[in-house]
Amino acid sequence: MAITFFFYLFSLAAIASAMLVITARNPVHSVLFLILCFFNAAGLFVLLGAEFLAMILVVVYVGAVAVLFLFVVMMLDVDFVELREGFLDYLPIGGVIGLILLVEMILLVGTWAIAPDLIAHTSTPTVGDISNTQAIGQVLYTKYVFFFQMAGLILLIAMIGAIVLTMRHKPNVKRQVIADQVARGPATAVEIKNVESGEGLQ
Amino acid sequence: MVELALFLGLILLESVALIIAVLISVAFLIYFDRKVWAAVQMRRGPNVVGPWGVLQSFADLIKFALKEVIIPDGANKGVFVIAPIVTALLALSAWVVIPINEGWRVANINVGVLYLFAISSLMVYGTIMGGWASNSKYPFLSALRSAAQMVSYEVSIGFVIITVLLCAGSLNLTDIVHAQHHGLGTKLGLPASFLDWYFIPLFPMFVIFFISALAETNRPPFDLVEAESELVAGFMVEYSSTPYLLFMLGEYVAITAMCAMTSIFFLGGWLPLIDIPVLNWVPGIIWFLIKLVFVFFMFAMVKAIVPRYRYDQLMRLGWKVFLPISLAWVVITSGVLVYMGWLPS
Repeated sequence: MAITFFFYLFSLAAIASAMLVITARNPVHSVLFLILCFFNAAGLFVLLGAEFLAMILVVVYVGAVAVLFLFVVMMLDVDFVELREGFLDYLPIGGVIGLILLVEMILLVGTWAIAPDLIAHTSTPTVGDISNTQAIGQVLYTKYVFFFQMAGLILLIAMIGAIVLTMRHKPNVKRQVIADQVARGPATAVEIKNVESGEGLQ
Repeated sequence: MVELALFLGLILLESVALIIAVLISVAFLIYFDRKVWAAVQMRRGPNVVGPWGVLQSFADLIKFALKEVIIPDGANKGVFVIAPIVTALLALSAWVVIPINEGWRVANINVGVLYLFAISSLMVYGTIMGGWASNSKYPFLSALRSAAQMVSYEVSIGFVIITVLLCAGSLNLTDIVHAQHHGLGTKLGLPASFLDWYFIPLFPMFVIFFISALAETNRPPFDLVEAESELVAGFMVEYSSTPYLLFMLGEYVAITAMCAMTSIFFLGGWLPLIDIPVLNWVPGIIWFLIKLVFVFFMFAMVKAIVPRYRYDQLMRLGWKVFLPISLAWVVITSGVLVYMGWLPS
């Protein structure tokens, strides 16, 4: 009963916020609605009994990826008049893609059936008395360890690629070397001179 | 149906009681913070409202709530109003999973640690949204700074949490406290005591977690988000009255939650100092509060003593010092656990 209610609540909120992502005028609002959509997806994961995935979704996508996304979008200087300029040129191809998607959606929604017990039936049974976090770990680090490591490696390569592409060594920039600063002592930092009275420094 | 209503009603009651308890504690902790700060600077601090000024926070609360809410003309109104609410709500919702005594928590979820981590990583949104929606230069710069700062320090916090998880063998906060009932001290044949808590075997992680918690909650010396000498008051410049109050409240509730996390992960939660009858008679919640206030006292002392970091120094510390050390410590800890056969089953 409660689960059904929350299932429909999260699904409706997810669909509504997903719609608002593409209809919102302001790109920052779009990103904020995207975050709301992620949240509702996490809620659905919790209902499915996949609490580990739900938390990871929030930590990784909402807590890190979407923050950086928002960061970039906020700094963009979007000119809405300029954005609409090529609208008519792109209308035919956009219209065709839209039509295909519309047909697909109609086919999908045509098979719609209201099943209140859906969420109870689709939730995966827990294996024995281990928690779902342990279950994921047992599969991920034994059966799929190769794929798991591979995914990590691909991400690492992407990261190194981004750094290589953007890093420039400017010769004239003065850089701070912490080790040198810490290693400085009275012997290297201070010069003591004996000044004769009435003579001054040369 | 009646059972369900009763269940939901009980949860609601527990949540309201928790929120009230947390807010009242935070009011006194703010007073304590100001007193410590004043004592270090040889001032008196708040001493007018109530005996020794203990009611100062409540006077401030009434003062803020009665002022006029000013929303700037160019502000993005919806986001501007939502931002402080998000901050306060998220900070309070972290307390749901924190066990303050044996069995005293609103929700005992299996992934409690991840939940806390998720909430603390979401705290950045209040700042970013507030800074952007103000439609003003200083708040915006502050929001950009905070986004980078919080995301950076989350990484090392994540690794610190992983080392604790490796030792405890559970993502459940109650189980983590139970796991600290036996450890280094009991392996040496001593009775269960403070020697078993994780702050001794994981001491470098304890220090890194403490400093990262300061950075994560924008406390001095990492309060670059609201550095008044450069950014006026950061993302809060345009906020007044109750919205400002919510920001401040959210910040302090988050700091308290971080103190609670530190005491659960490293200081044994509600476990007594030494497991002997006299100390066992003291209720667990008293032990928990003593530890929480001790960590909060350290937060306050850092605020009073340490000067503010420069932004590049902050980034260097996060990425070039804490990240490698914490990553290395994860590897060392798991290596030692596997080699000695101490892995929790």
